[in-house]
Amino acid sequence: MSKMHVKMTVNGRAVEALAEPRTLLIHFLREELALTGPHIGCDTSHCGACTVDLDGKSVKSCTVFVAQANGAEVTTIEGLAAADGSLHPLQEAFREHHGLQCGFCTPGMITRAYRLLQENPNPSEAEIRFGISGNLCRCTGYQNIVKAIQAAAQQMAVATTAPGEAAE
Amino acid sequence: MIPGSFDYHRPRTLEEAVSLLASLGEESRVVAGGHSLIPMMKLRMALPEHLVDLQDVAELKGIRIDGSQITIGAMTTQAEMIASAELARLCPILRETALQIADPQIRSLGTVGGNVANGDPGNDLPGLMQALDARYLLRGPGGERELPARAFYEGPFTTALDPGEVLAAVRIAAPAAGHGWAYEKQKRKIGDYATAAAAVLLELEGGTCRKASIALTNVGDTPLLAEAAGRALVGTAVDAAAVKAAAEAAKAIAAPAEDGRGPRAFRVHLTDVMVTRAVEKARSRAS
Amino acid sequence: MTVQTPVSLEERKDKLQGLGCSRKRVEDARFTQGKGHYVDDIKLPGMLFGDFVRSPIGHGRIKSINKEAALAVPGVKAVLTADDLRPLGLHWMPTLAGDVQAVLADEKVLFQNQEVAFVVAEDRYAAADAVELVEVDYEELPPLVDPHRSMDPDAPILREDIKDKTEGAHGPRRHPNHIFTWEVGDKAATEQALAAAAVVVEEQITYQRVHPCPLETCGCVASMDKINGKLTIWGTFQAPHAVRTVASLITNIPEHNIRIISPDIGGGFGNKVGVYPGYICSAVASIVLGVPVKWIEDRMENLSTTAFARDYHMTGRIAATPEGRITGLWCHVLADHGAFDACADPTKFPAGFFNICTGSYDVPVAYVSVDGVYTNKAPGGVAYRCSFRVTEASYFIERMIDVLARKLDRDPAEIRMINFIRKEQFPYQSALGWEYDSGDYHTALAKALKSVDYDGLRARQKASREAFKRGETRKLMGVGVAFFTEIVGAGPVKNCDILGLGMFDSCEIRIHPTGSAIARLGTISQGQGHATTFAQILASEIGIPAADITLEEGDTDTAPYGLGTYGSRSTPVAGAATAMAGRKIRAKAQMIAAYLLEVHEGDLEWEVDRFQVKGNPERFKTMKELAFAAYNQAIPGLEPGLEAVSYYDPPNMTYPFGAYLCVVQIDVDTGVTEIERFYALDDCGTRINPMIIEGQVHGGLTEALAIAMGQEISYDADGNVHGGSLMDFFLPTAVETPAWETDWTETPSPHHPIGAKGVGESPNVGGVSAFSNAVNDAFAHLGLTHTQMPHDHWRVWQTAQRLGVTG
Repeated sequence: MSKMHVKMTVNGRAVEALAEPRTLLIHFLREELALTGPHIGCDTSHCGACTVDLDGKSVKSCTVFVAQANGAEVTTIEGLAAADGSLHPLQEAFREHHGLQCGFCTPGMITRAYRLLQENPNPSEAEIRFGISGNLCRCTGYQNIVKAIQAAAQQMAVATTAPGEAAE
Repeated sequence: MIPGSFDYHRPRTLEEAVSLLASLGEESRVVAGGHSLIPMMKLRMALPEHLVDLQDVAELKGIRIDGSQITIGAMTTQAEMIASAELARLCPILRETALQIADPQIRSLGTVGGNVANGDPGNDLPGLMQALDARYLLRGPGGERELPARAFYEGPFTTALDPGEVLAAVRIAAPAAGHGWAYEKQKRKIGDYATAAAAVLLELEGGTCRKASIALTNVGDTPLLAEAAGRALVGTAVDAAAVKAAAEAAKAIAAPAEDGRGPRAFRVHLTDVMVTRAVEKARSRAS
Repeated sequence: MTVQTPVSLEERKDKLQGLGCSRKRVEDARFTQGKGHYVDDIKLPGMLFGDFVRSPIGHGRIKSINKEAALAVPGVKAVLTADDLRPLGLHWMPTLAGDVQAVLADEKVLFQNQEVAFVVAEDRYAAADAVELVEVDYEELPPLVDPHRSMDPDAPILREDIKDKTEGAHGPRRHPNHIFTWEVGDKAATEQALAAAAVVVEEQITYQRVHPCPLETCGCVASMDKINGKLTIWGTFQAPHAVRTVASLITNIPEHNIRIISPDIGGGFGNKVGVYPGYICSAVASIVLGVPVKWIEDRMENLSTTAFARDYHMTGRIAATPEGRITGLWCHVLADHGAFDACADPTKFPAGFFNICTGSYDVPVAYVSVDGVYTNKAPGGVAYRCSFRVTEASYFIERMIDVLARKLDRDPAEIRMINFIRKEQFPYQSALGWEYDSGDYHTALAKALKSVDYDGLRARQKASREAFKRGETRKLMGVGVAFFTEIVGAGPVKNCDILGLGMFDSCEIRIHPTGSAIARLGTISQGQGHATTFAQILASEIGIPAADITLEEGDTDTAPYGLGTYGSRSTPVAGAATAMAGRKIRAKAQMIAAYLLEVHEGDLEWEVDRFQVKGNPERFKTMKELAFAAYNQAIPGLEPGLEAVSYYDPPNMTYPFGAYLCVVQIDVDTGVTEIERFYALDDCGTRINPMIIEGQVHGGLTEALAIAMGQEISYDADGNVHGGSLMDFFLPTAVETPAWETDWTETPSPHHPIGAKGVGESPNVGGVSAFSNAVNDAFAHLGLTHTQMPHDHWRVWQTAQRLGVTG
């Protein structure tokens, strides 16, 4: 079966490539675009290590064909830092609150938390736990991840009151 | 886990989708959110030669409310269904059920149409649609037809959908104002299918149940409409005896498989518990 | 601008970020930005992908393999079978336990999903397509799945390759499916104690087959450079040096021509200690094809083929006085090792350190025997987040103590207090041969009981049981008490080796002229944060800020030889090597300081970051100054430079301990167990980084929760594996995981240079018992003594049903 011409915007950059339609988005990102932040942990859409943002939604990129993502806007962990290189408050908070150990789930976890905070800027602990329930972590027991997301939410609430800051 | 090869098509209209399916033949499949089909393809349990992606078909999207008539386009995602304030007001069991499907990422791509159309007995919406007496709008080469959800499911992954047909929308008559509802689902963890689950809708008038419907998820080859269980409530005060009778009736039709969720006897028992709890919760919510 | 030297002692200490500091992790910057470097991130020019054809059946004979259709798939370069590996002598490989394992099935398949052929192609898609097209014809044989039947006279013989061998790696074999029998302790005295005892309890306790399931599966990239003859393998290796030595022994490539690199590892938990067919096949394919070859498992392959854990079927007996004082302990274990004995235990310990099963108690006599047997299941038997078989031992004794408490109708905390080894008995010689280094168990448990208001919990439980009887609730409250003593830090070379490799570890330090440093170790972090904590140990030892110390692990070309990271051995062994190497640095620095300050070495004292003249602290040289002098000043009698290496052979193991309490509420109608509260007190000796310790405890408890409440890899009668995907294999999400309460006491190890004992595995060891004891406790008043794990919904419901409390 023939390859197709795929175009998308990834982390703000227009990309195009020839790819087999069956190529999983995670493989396309990792192997074609060398964005190795998102990982493959389970292959069955249970673990969330492959989570990326697709047209403003959190999705598991191991269960999306590149053909489906043709024309889409994708954000991966590599796209969360600001243009000047300053880290996203979630990235800072995960370090500050020891929200990671082996680091394998971290890109998916942070990318998911990023979308969660867009949808609900001030989540309760229960809402955070439910909101990240599509992401498995084998190391941390989640407690410090929850703490980090809470801290980032507070940080972002302070930041959004700054003038000139547009809400997404 | 790598899927087999296929050719990809992305029609812009339903008509185009239906004619594509007709021309591509039996080895073609539609893909909506893909969260049932793609895992099957990665396991190579499904090997379609053509995928017809419905994501650009605008007429399949969105929720339309016309008085008490609700129409949910097949490509509406579960997340969109959860986010709809109108649906939450008119038919809150939709949100309650959808929140118990899989996990946030899957709900952001998983669609209502995909969940009801693929015939997986583990899916949560089919039983609910039977309880709601929803109707499915099907579009095929021969035109459009409507089929009740209660007549749609034939076996595991087998439905009344003809080859070449696309499920276009789900139509629901909103339950009467003041109705009671509950979807009780027991699962091993977030992301799992139900060990047993029950959808209950009921209406009370002066403390007496005038209408009730109960359906079961993942305790049979198909979703199960527990008609006798619903009947057992009608005309009663939904007191302990009636609840017990309803649960017994539901239990009588449960025929779950034995799997990692437990032996058959446990899942049959749990059907009873889920129905009991759902009825009690629905009653407490009814006015 | 000159940097102001901090004045106060406290400021100088703080600047070091040494021992006891909750230093933020240096690893996190790359992980939070998606810049970690894991094995599947490696991309080399011309790299090919390998993928396995696996057996669909549990036991059978291979009649034929047809590769033709697979080879015809565009992009496919090779399809390897046992016949292709045979000329190289690589169709079988030695296991870490002294057995051999088929790299690719040789005439027979012995478990479902066993590796049968290895397809190599230009990308993973082509490889997967070709895997589907390899035609294998099998003759099915009856599968053997019940280990209790392995040694039946009429049991099917699994290992035809060794069926006539009457001597195995660990002594005589009495059946073709028998691997070993291991005995420890005084059998006669124990039997006598049982015969003479006023009270005897007996219980059958099974610890189900589970899997470590790190989020990253196993994989490697093998690259043979034909020009210089060097084989480089990047892979998920918890013990890179051991892999290099094993690879050299089996391929006959000299060890200097093999380079093993462990890049970032996405969790290990014991899964990544072993040597797997994928590594061998990738290496062979790279040698044959002359290009790099990558192999990465998918999750189903991981769960069903590499490294199961546990599967111990234990029978225990305790002899006791009427007052509850234990007078003897007897235990037999039937150990299901699957189709090949691939346990990663020290050679002299085929059942690991299971003989720690006397636990935290002063048991006068004890006897343990373990029978290892083959079944048609995947090989493994790894230490899943624990030291070798310690979780099994701890679970065994902690359940048995509760069984004894039930029998005597005594409180389980009280029975523990009565039997604890007393503080003054340390170092304590256990009846089964260990010397416990230090402990203060009474203080730890007393603190735990007080912290949770144990008496209050029991009072609430009593009221709750009465309410249940009156029909006011359908929930049963359970309180689980568990105490554990781990044995970690393997270990003294005199009795600990793996395949003859002594289990020391190492650290090499190089101080740079301007006073920063690099340290290299033989261990490898898989999330434990070694780069952060080992720098802290060193900071305290040599007075250089942790931030100025780079830490490197995992590359056998640069790191000193070490046995790697598992069994909580990094801090006890490599951590000790780090401190000892630091002390060597300090000793040389002291000589330099004496020269520069023109005093006798003995007139100097070390203070935080400097040597100062005793009684005259104004005269001092900082380590930074001494480092510069070491390189740039001619000092009579001293070589230039400031480097040290330490190979540390620990004099003993370390024995971390802890007291855990778990409160559960069980819905008897649904079998759902809610974790209402979990309190964990850990004593890991000296605490290096409290933040990281707490994180390790959280994670270990979550793994314990998973094991106790749901994990299971099971096989049906036909030999089909179940639980092989994350749909069925229970990994809790944030929703199922409760909030953890942590606490500590601090009893340093007397023999460890800094007194640290290791912590990463304690919460798993202690946690499983605490959860299970809580579930059992919920039903105790109904007459239950023991119910098997996992305590998933249906099993808990069955227990309730058996006890007559379901509706």
